[in-house]
Amino acid sequence: MIRSQVLICGGTGCTSSGSPKIREEFAAQIERCGLTDEVKIVQTGCFGLCSLGPVVIIYPEGTFYSRITVEDVKTIVEEHLLKGRIVEKLVYKDTAVTEDENVKSQIDMALSDTAFYKPQKRVVLRNCGVIDPENIDEYIAMDGYQALGKVLTEMTPEQVIQVIKDSGLRGRGGAGFPTGLKWALCAPNKAPQKYVVCNADEGDPGAFMDRSVLEGDPHVVIEAMAICGYAIGATKGYIYVRAEYPIAVKRLNIAIEQAREYGLLGKNIFGSGFDFDLTIRLGAGAFVCGEETALMTSIEGNRGEPRPRPPYPAVRGLYNSPTTENNVETFANIPQIILNGPEWFASMGTERSKGTKVFALGGKINNTGLVEIPMGTTLREIIENIGGGIPGGHKFKAAQTGGPSGGCIPESLIDTPVDYDNLTAIGCMMGSGGLIVMDDTNCMVDMAKFFLTFTVDESCGKCTPCRVGTKRMMDILDKITSGKGELEDLDKLEELAQYIKTNSLCGLGQTAPNPVLATLKFFRDEYVAHVVEKRCPAGVCKDLLTFTIDKDKCIGCGMCSRNCPANAISKTDYTAPGHKLPSYAIDPSKCVKCGACMSNCRFKAISKK
Amino acid sequence: MKSLAELQAIKDKMKDKVVLREGTGEIRVVVGMATCGIAAGARPVLNEFVQDVNEEGLSGKVTVSQTGCIGICQYEPVVEVFEAGKEKVTYVKMNAEKAKDVVARHLRGGQVVTEYTIGAYQA
Repeated sequence: MIRSQVLICGGTGCTSSGSPKIREEFAAQIERCGLTDEVKIVQTGCFGLCSLGPVVIIYPEGTFYSRITVEDVKTIVEEHLLKGRIVEKLVYKDTAVTEDENVKSQIDMALSDTAFYKPQKRVVLRNCGVIDPENIDEYIAMDGYQALGKVLTEMTPEQVIQVIKDSGLRGRGGAGFPTGLKWALCAPNKAPQKYVVCNADEGDPGAFMDRSVLEGDPHVVIEAMAICGYAIGATKGYIYVRAEYPIAVKRLNIAIEQAREYGLLGKNIFGSGFDFDLTIRLGAGAFVCGEETALMTSIEGNRGEPRPRPPYPAVRGLYNSPTTENNVETFANIPQIILNGPEWFASMGTERSKGTKVFALGGKINNTGLVEIPMGTTLREIIENIGGGIPGGHKFKAAQTGGPSGGCIPESLIDTPVDYDNLTAIGCMMGSGGLIVMDDTNCMVDMAKFFLTFTVDESCGKCTPCRVGTKRMMDILDKITSGKGELEDLDKLEELAQYIKTNSLCGLGQTAPNPVLATLKFFRDEYVAHVVEKRCPAGVCKDLLTFTIDKDKCIGCGMCSRNCPANAISKTDYTAPGHKLPSYAIDPSKCVKCGACMSNCRFKAISKK
Repeated sequence: MKSLAELQAIKDKMKDKVVLREGTGEIRVVVGMATCGIAAGARPVLNEFVQDVNEEGLSGKVTVSQTGCIGICQYEPVVEVFEAGKEKVTYVKMNAEKAKDVVARHLRGGQVVTEYTIGAYQA
C-alpha cells in the first residue's frame, strides 16, 4: 500500500540540473530502506520554480525540497520517508514557516500559499508538477478526456464553437485572435479533408511555456485538438514541435500511443462515429516556422516560408485544405472551458482579455521560472511578488515581453495591468509569454541589438524589407554602440523601421523593428548618451567604456597587471600617501575592455564608465 | 474507449492514487515515526492506517502522514488525529489491531476511541 509519493520534476530545467540522477538515487535508497512497497516515485512536469531545481515534493506532507543534490537523497529517504522527520535545511525557505499549534513540528505551509504560487491561477498548468505525464491514467484521474467525452456525446459542433466564443478565449501565441471565431471561420468550409494544427514551434528567446505544457501535461493538447477537430469537422491533426525539445517530443509520442491504445484517438471515439488521429512533425528550429503559413509550408515538406494571406488557413491552409491552427497554450485551456463552462473562464481576467496567461520569467529576477496569472495582474505583482524581485539589490529598469516581436515596459509603466489591449496601447505586445526582466546593468541599446541580431539571422529572406532592412538597422545600431553614431541615425532607424513594418509579408518582418522602436520610445536618452556623449550609461557597450585605476586607492599589489590579457597595465612612478608600493595605470590604447582587472582588484580601485 | 462509463471507471480507479497529492484531507492522522516510535512498532501501525483508510474508501477525507518524536517516548507508538475545528486526539501505545479499531470507530464512525487515548493511560 502506497503511503507516500515522491514527486520529482522531470521538466527540461530540472533535468539539466540533474533530476534524472536524483530519481535513480531515490529509487536506490528507497529500496535499500525497504520502502519500495510504501513509497512511490513519480516523475512530473515543471513545477514552475526552475531556479530552485532540481525540485522534489513529498506527499502527503507536501514538503517542497529545492536544489537537491544526489548526496541529499540519502538523508531525505532516511529522515523523512523512514522516520517522518522533515529535513528542514533542504526545504524551500518560503514554505519553511512554523505553523500554528495544530500542525506543530510540521513545516508544511502549503506550497500554494507561498508568495510565488499564491497570486497564481493555474488553469493551463494545473497538471504540471502534479501528474506523471507519461501515464494516461493519472491524466484521466484529473478529469482528463472528460471534456472530449462530453463534447462527443452531448454537444453539437456548433455548440462547442459557441462555448469557446462565449468564453472570450484569445490566441495565446501572441496576436490574440479570438479562438472561437477562428474555429467558426473554418467550420462551414466544405472539403474532403480538413486539418487541426498545433503550433508548438516556440521560438522566442527565453520562452518555455509551451515546452513545459507539452512536457508536463501532453494529453491536454491531444484532448483539445480532438475537440477542435470535432468542432470544425477535421479528422486529422498535426503537432508541429521543435526537434530541440526532445523531452516534449518523447512524452507527446508516449501520450499519443497511450491515447490510441485507449481508443481516445482513432476510429469511432466514444462510439460517436467521430474519427481523429494525430501526427507529430518535427521542426528544425527556424523562427519563421512559428508563423502559421510558414509552419504549414514546412509541414508539407517545403522550405519554411510564409505565404500571403488571404486566403487564410481557414479557407486554404495545410495541403490547400481548410485548417485551424492554434498554439499549445490556447489548446490547453479548451478542456477546462468545456468542463467548467464559458462563464467560469470569462470570470477571470479583464474586459477584453479573459482567463489566464502563462509567462516564462527570466533575466534579472530571483524566481526564474514559469508562472500563470489571471489577465490583468500588474507587472509589479509579477516581478516584485511572484518573481521575488531583482537580485543583488539592483533597480528594475524594464521588462521585455513578446521576444523579438515585442517591446519593453519601462519602470514608469510597471503598474500597467497585463492584458492584450493594455500592452498594445503602450506600444508593446503580449507575445507568447516570454518575460525578460532587466535592471540598471542592462543597456537598452544593447538589448535592442540582441533581438535584432536574432531577427537578422532568422529572417527567411523572402521579402527585401525584412531581409535587407533589418540588416541595415543592425549596421546603424553597430555604429551607435561603437561610438560613431550621429543624431540623425536615430531618425533613420525610425524611418527604416516603419518601412519594414509596412512592407513585410509576415509577422516576423512586421514586428522585427519593435524592440528598436520600443527602446527608442522609452529610452531615447540612452541612445542619445551613446551618440552625443559617446558613453554607455549601463556600462555594457565595450567600445564606449574606459577602465581607469584610481591612483590613490591602488595599493600596488599588481593583481590587475598579472591578469591583464593585453599587457595594458603597468606600474607608474606615483606612490599614494600611506601606501608602500607605486600604483598602476591602464594604457587605453592597449586595453581590450575585458574587465579582468576590475574583477580581480580587491580594493575597488578600478572603475569603468 | 467505447463509452463514458469506461472512462469513469479508470478515473475512479486512479483517483485514490493521485488524491494523496492534493493533501486536502479534512482529517490528518499523524504517526510518530522517530527512532523511539519505530522501535516500539510504529511501522505496522502506519501501514495498517494507510491500508485501512484506503480499503474503507476514506482516502479523500483522511490524510495519513508521519512525524518525528513528539517527546512522549514512553507512550510510543503515538498517533495523533487532527480534525479542523476539533481538539486534537492523541492515541498512545498503539498496535495494528488498535489502528484498525481507530479507523473503523473514529475516522469512519466519528467516535473517539477513548480507551486508547493518552488520557485513559494517565488516569
